[in-house]
Amino acid sequence: MKNYNHCLQKSGAISIFVAFFFCLFLTGRAQDTTLIPDKLDLGSLSGSFQVDAQNYFQDSLIGTPNFPQKIGMNGFMNLYYTRGNFSAGVRYEAYLPTLQGFVRNTGSGIPYRFARYRNDKLDITLGNFYEQFGSGMIFRSYEAWGLGFDNVMDGASVKLTGLKGVVLKGIIGRQRNAFSNNTENQSEGLVRGADGEVLLNDLLGFSKYVGTQMRIGASVVSRYQKDTDPVYVLPENVAAFAGRAQVSNQHFNFYAEGAYKINDPSTVNNRIYKPGTGLFVQGGYFEKGLGISISAKRIDNMDYRSERSATFNNLMLNFLPPMTKQHSYRLATLFPYATQANGELGFQGEVSYKIPKKTSLGGKYGTGIAFNYSNIHGLERTHNTSDSLMGYTTTFFGVSDHIYYEEINLEITKTFSKKFKGSMMLMNVTYNKDLFKQLTGFFTTSEVHSFISIVDMSYKIKPKQTLRTELQHAYTKNEFGSWAMALVEYTFAPHWFIAAFDEYNYGNYKDELQIHYFTGQAGFLWESFRVTAGYGRQRAGVICVGGVCRNVPASNGFQVSVSGTF
Amino acid sequence: MLISKSITIQMQKLFLTLSSLLLLFLSGQAQNSDKPKLPSVNVKNLKGQIVTTSKFGNDGNPFVINFWATWCKPCVLELNTINEVYDDWKEETKVKIIAISIDDARNSAKVAPFVNGKSWDYEVYIDENGDLKRALNVTNVPHTFLFNGKGELVWQHNAYSPGDEDELLAQIRKISPKK
Repeated sequence: MKNYNHCLQKSGAISIFVAFFFCLFLTGRAQDTTLIPDKLDLGSLSGSFQVDAQNYFQDSLIGTPNFPQKIGMNGFMNLYYTRGNFSAGVRYEAYLPTLQGFVRNTGSGIPYRFARYRNDKLDITLGNFYEQFGSGMIFRSYEAWGLGFDNVMDGASVKLTGLKGVVLKGIIGRQRNAFSNNTENQSEGLVRGADGEVLLNDLLGFSKYVGTQMRIGASVVSRYQKDTDPVYVLPENVAAFAGRAQVSNQHFNFYAEGAYKINDPSTVNNRIYKPGTGLFVQGGYFEKGLGISISAKRIDNMDYRSERSATFNNLMLNFLPPMTKQHSYRLATLFPYATQANGELGFQGEVSYKIPKKTSLGGKYGTGIAFNYSNIHGLERTHNTSDSLMGYTTTFFGVSDHIYYEEINLEITKTFSKKFKGSMMLMNVTYNKDLFKQLTGFFTTSEVHSFISIVDMSYKIKPKQTLRTELQHAYTKNEFGSWAMALVEYTFAPHWFIAAFDEYNYGNYKDELQIHYFTGQAGFLWESFRVTAGYGRQRAGVICVGGVCRNVPASNGFQVSVSGTF
Repeated sequence: MLISKSITIQMQKLFLTLSSLLLLFLSGQAQNSDKPKLPSVNVKNLKGQIVTTSKFGNDGNPFVINFWATWCKPCVLELNTINEVYDDWKEETKVKIIAISIDDARNSAKVAPFVNGKSWDYEVYIDENGDLKRALNVTNVPHTFLFNGKGELVWQHNAYSPGDEDELLAQIRKISPKK
């Protein structure tokens, strides 16, 4: 590795990695003459990129903020190099300036770079890494480009898999700040963690005899942040512990995870010294044509970050997913629920069934039915009058009268003929809108009720040409009133598509706010490359058009997006 | 063609970087005729067992890796459509389809009931924190990769529109063993 030294002098972040790869390439060539192998292994380089550009018209109707640069652009390029057991990668990101709806600062840089060595016993990464312990209840580092979310760690991650049936993980590092587009301004807190998981079948040697898998795991995470508070004694090392168990076989799965966080006064929990607890339980039964899943979660004061004063989506250490169905139809995403880390008790049940084909109910191709029910309440809190620093007390099953979210959902999918397919969804939602205006989760009762109906049909006109249409309606008595939506999409497989869709807030109680969110889009796809262009006004959220689902911010203007994997 | 004087330094750097890397990539391709292979990453099967992707294979026959998610309508449509003709495909080309769900902890426990509820016949794995997704540079789902009998990547495709499954079959036929 000595011939790399002249390459490592700093001449700017970009020059470093260009030089690194060039040297790797040159060294590979130099070895050619000394070893004369039959087949030269230069490794392989792959990657991906995406550039989203948007122009912003002033839109006083939907209240767009002033955007003096007129055009925004978010882009990234990932490069990934592998050679045998070694891999390395880099990601360059540019926000010039940042698209509306994303929190990153304007600028560009390299927020992600790593080197990794892996064999069948050891896996070590230096630099940036993503990792999850169990279901993420005390630690999860991940990214979602479309949402502008990336809480990548920067440090070291080691995984040991030498003993059969046992996986040990250790991590240490700092976290990426949501505003930063390079490796500067990382979290003030230093995070350390370890996780162990054991597959009992392998460790105790009864794999061959039992079809049911049993695994147990435990994790610990600790965050160190200096205490500079002049009045209070704040804990500098805040630890969280979790234990989990999982039993599964061909027809049945069961998962349980419990977590405990020691006192962690933070901005989000109003600086109380109360410890946090979390419990998640899930059970499922399935056989061909039928799947049933029931889960329950109780969270009490489990917001956990790498800095005490961090808020919103910044510097989160754990992942507490909402106990609600993840939707992709536009009007079904009008009332998205977010887990209240300060306290909630939720329940979700789901059944999916395929009525067999060639029966009277199922029809020639069978009919799919999916039913989902979610119900989430806040916890009943009793203010701790003897020690206000401890905040409040709760009982295990005690819930407040106020409902946070409730959804009943039925979806039916049917193929009518070789040319015609359709699906229909009906859902009834109760949503507590005041919840999402408060940081701390203290609430008022402002419940929104909405009944949403959706029809999605596609007709294959010719072998390569399909017309798809969606009709959606959300009957809402309060909030912004009722909405209607229509979408038409025409695809010329495998390369072209054109689509137009409109969401119309016709029921808005203010006449001038009864606006159309109309967008026209067209795209060209070739292998793994995609170019789309569109024009119009779009509400933020998931959009499934042109064959992919993407998260988009609110906008009004021209949009262009280029992406690919190579 | 107008080139504005106000192209920022960052834009120039980006352009320089992209072009030099493109050259590097192209020259790399000219030197090394090996097609990339499936990277070695851990994923979980529906029973929760950890499986290493280097063990994926189809006894010398082609296999497809398809990234999907329970909330991705085009993904579910694609896998439903192919499921109807999967037996014919297997008989003709001996192809195996491996469906990798990128559902995270919000939905990962529901993947097994979901897949059974749809009566899919695929080998399904869960890539809960996106490790395989990142290693294969997947940006949006659905994303389909076709590997030949030697485990080399020969074709990939992003997005699904009705009719795309015909192109996938055509690509599989090109590399499958002749009867």
